[in-house]
Amino acid sequence: MHGLLDISTLHYLVLGAALFLLGVIGVLTRRNVVIVLMSIELILNAVNLNLVAFSRYWQGMSGPHGGPMALHGQVFAILVITDAAAEAAVGLGILIAFFRNKETVNVDEVNLLKW
Amino acid sequence: MNPPVATAFFFYLLAATMIIGGVLVITRKNAVHSALALITALLAQAGLYLMLYAPFVAGVQIILYAGGIMVLFLFVIMLISIERNMKERQFNKQWLIGIVAAAALGGLFIAVYTTTTRGQQLFPEGRLAYGEAQNTQAVATLLFDRHTGTYMFSFEIASLLLLVAIIGAVVMAKKRI
Repeated sequence: MHGLLDISTLHYLVLGAALFLLGVIGVLTRRNVVIVLMSIELILNAVNLNLVAFSRYWQGMSGPHGGPMALHGQVFAILVITDAAAEAAVGLGILIAFFRNKETVNVDEVNLLKW
Repeated sequence: MNPPVATAFFFYLLAATMIIGGVLVITRKNAVHSALALITALLAQAGLYLMLYAPFVAGVQIILYAGGIMVLFLFVIMLISIERNMKERQFNKQWLIGIVAAAALGGLFIAVYTTTTRGQQLFPEGRLAYGEAQNTQAVATLLFDRHTGTYMFSFEIASLLLLVAIIGAVVMAKKRI
């Protein structure tokens, strides 16, 4: 087992898992659409933390995939941040259009497509 | 290369900031408070990126996330009226199921992270022996270089995605669709 004071990749993974779970709880239980979107940001950040932690892990490894140039995780993290920006823009645009129609941001009342 | 100073202390400080910020995000009644807690968590995460020798990602995190996306969130919170929403119930009827589902997922994480194969931990310690001075250059080499740019196509797709998102956001926010 790792020592608690010797920070390893696993520490970052556990922190990422905790943040991911917080985001999942927020998405599943909150009724305010804005806070649901923020919880999604929390989930994306947990994934980013994992990606960067794995990038550092592979930089410390030797072999064909490891080495100091193994920055693939960081590139992935940048692409995920791009995706988060696009998602926030479109999601908040949808939210504004919805608020204009129904005068609420309660996710329980987003049922126009419900059959 | 000198060993880092007080790594464990800063890791736990930033991790506690992130966890507390995350809990505040999903429990506050006022959406503005949630947004401020999320900004705090994002800045702490930028600090963790620095600890992971990823200064470029840390800068992108601060500029794009804490600076750009969260300002967008705050703008939208101020465009929609939050007074009525704050008087309503904040959690929906399936909060119990939600927490049970999250607990099941957490159990899965614990099961995976404590797995040992042939007496070895799943993620053995990887020691980093290189500095971060060349980090931005190395990331750019992966993204743009003609020969080693593995992610050039992904980068172009990402820019296309941003274009689509801009058009989508403008169309969505129009008065009459």
